Amino acid sequence: MADFETPELKEYPVIPHIEVGTMAHSKPFVAKEQFQEPLGFPGELVDNWQQVAYDKMEELTGKYRSLAVFLDSCVKCGACTDKCHYYLGTSDPKNMPVARQDLFRKVYRRKFTFAGKYFPKLVGAVDLTEEVLNDWYSYFHQCSQCRRCSVYCPYGIDTAEISMAAREVMDSIGVGQKYCNEIIAKVYKIGNNLGLPQPALLDTLEGLEEDIEEETGVTVRLPLDVKGADILVVTPSADFFAEPHVDGLMGYAKVFHEAGVSWTLSSYASEAANFGMFIGSYENMRKVALRIREAALDLGVKRIIFGECGHAWRVAYSFLNTLAGPFDFLDPKYPVPQHIMEFTHDLIQRDALTLDKSANDDMVLTYHDSCNVARASRMGPKPGGQFILPREVIKASCNHFYDMPQDTIHEATYCCGGGGGLLTDDLMELRVKGALPRMEALKHVVENHGVTHMAAICAICKSQFAKVMPYYGFQMDSIVSVHQLVSNAIVLGNKQ
Amino acid sequence: MPFLTIVYAVLFYVATALLVVGLASKIRQYAKTPAPLKIPTTPAPVTRTGVVMRMFRELVFFESLFKSNKWIWIFGWMFHYGMFLVLARHLRYFTDPVWTWVDLIQPFGMYAAFAMSAGLLGLWARRFLVDRVRYITSLSDHLMLALLFAIAGTGLMMDYVTHTDIVAVKEFFRGLMVFNWQPIPEDPVLLIHLGLVATLMIIFPISKLLHAPGIFFSPTRNQVDNPREKRHLSAWASELEK
Repeated sequence: MADFETPELKEYPVIPHIEVGTMAHSKPFVAKEQFQEPLGFPGELVDNWQQVAYDKMEELTGKYRSLAVFLDSCVKCGACTDKCHYYLGTSDPKNMPVARQDLFRKVYRRKFTFAGKYFPKLVGAVDLTEEVLNDWYSYFHQCSQCRRCSVYCPYGIDTAEISMAAREVMDSIGVGQKYCNEIIAKVYKIGNNLGLPQPALLDTLEGLEEDIEEETGVTVRLPLDVKGADILVVTPSADFFAEPHVDGLMGYAKVFHEAGVSWTLSSYASEAANFGMFIGSYENMRKVALRIREAALDLGVKRIIFGECGHAWRVAYSFLNTLAGPFDFLDPKYPVPQHIMEFTHDLIQRDALTLDKSANDDMVLTYHDSCNVARASRMGPKPGGQFILPREVIKASCNHFYDMPQDTIHEATYCCGGGGGLLTDDLMELRVKGALPRMEALKHVVENHGVTHMAAICAICKSQFAKVMPYYGFQMDSIVSVHQLVSNAIVLGNKQ
Repeated sequence: MPFLTIVYAVLFYVATALLVVGLASKIRQYAKTPAPLKIPTTPAPVTRTGVVMRMFRELVFFESLFKSNKWIWIFGWMFHYGMFLVLARHLRYFTDPVWTWVDLIQPFGMYAAFAMSAGLLGLWARRFLVDRVRYITSLSDHLMLALLFAIAGTGLMMDYVTHTDIVAVKEFFRGLMVFNWQPIPEDPVLLIHLGLVATLMIIFPISKLLHAPGIFFSPTRNQVDNPREKRHLSAWASELEK
């Protein structure tokens, strides 16, 4: 299948011994000029790149308290060393969060601290040489910004913050990552990551309406760009055609249909994901987020609801109000934004949906907590609602559900292996190896409870698992959307 | 005035000044640097009170470390709270009359010194025995442990091996506090102990010991999880809106 070995799934998870340099060759394609410039970055490595990088580092430590505090605070205690799925899957010590951070920290020390300036050897401080920059490019693109390390750090140091800063510094000297930057440019030009223009979207949505009607005999609308609708739905563009994402989208449509609300998608803001976060660029993240505000104003909606997408929900829940608020023009009765899970869960609580659980009896399910939903957001009014709501929606839609082992779910969940801007074919080895801890946990419930399918609420998770599960001997269609289960179970036209 | 007294008096004034000024400027930097985005590691408290409770659990129980690794947790906790008690015990050299609670903890402070040393040795052993931790350890990490262990060791020596004139030590420090210098006992173990303590004070604001003020400013721990309810906007980010 590929020129690397898929790790073996062990009976019990084992912390590997370090093997220096096993992933030093892993590098995503570098962005060409045409993908750099729309984002405001130089097209190629600038002449005085070292100085530009140092200046950027100084700027960022002055702009982000997280960075300033995290760079000073690490004591190298080792608490995070066995927490990263990429370390567990690759054994490369530079994939231990502390070592990954140190690639950045050792340069920070050299340039900005007394100890590093005068006693560099003592504290392991180095200049930003070409070799160090190579390491940065390689290993800061082996972090999916999943924040698992931040749960376990006694000071809450979040490697994602360091990775974002490092990527921002690299972008500023002209060394950007093709996958992320090309996608952001596409959003600016067309409105979504996949580059689907309005006519294509319209065509797709009409097709989906036909599918639903054929299957259920009920006309369920998937409206696009409808002015005066009550709810703007923003969903990852993968929902428009990828499997199993699209089954989730049909699920949202059926839920809205049953709730009897008026809703619309927007072609201008036809993307929930915000790759500006992956590259640590506040400006680009803001620019992408503002499209949602503009669409909401333009369509005159009263509420905004996000579809199933992990990092998107982080930006939406945690950052949207900051980046594109205030949303005082929307109905104050509802949080801005809401998650589709909150909407569906509320209907279930109020007994406003008829769900026939037996429609999913061909599956025994488990649930993968998406990293950024779990550790960077919330659903509902209470902390931890992001773990409860999806499970309650799943359990209301099926008869057979089992959780994976405790140390692999909720806040301890593992990333799918493809988050944070790494869901690209040029990082296939990393993606397969990074999925190891989740695959081991899945194997556990497959063997002990006969689990056949894993549900997820993130476009990246779904794409990643569909691609990497076959490497581990699982069927590619054993990953499903949560709203796909709702879609299967929902009995249309029952409650008016 | 004996030469050594002058040296140690000056050393402690300089060390104290560097510690206070260094820490104050770092704290000022952390406080002044904006946190433009809400990034608490969730599930996070949704109220200020909840955040205070979370920070309390981090500081007192090392909650995150407990979730992470029981060995580091037990050694780290023994070391930190051992040191805390030992430091509290040392207040008797600076107060007259000695505060009642300081009097009361004197016996515990002795056990604490052993707990502190044992914790340090445990942490140090991990730097050799666990390959992952060995990989991330640099020379300064060993030196820091050596320094702390030597401070604890020389302190214990003065209790169990070679007693020093602690009344004179107290006179010396009380004198420093009111700029009325008194002679320091010229006892080698004491001089080494105090020299190392001054070294620790000097390197505190320029080393990884900054984790002490750092934890109070860590946005993943000290932010309230309420981004939808309350708009969070930093000064430089609001400039972009103009």
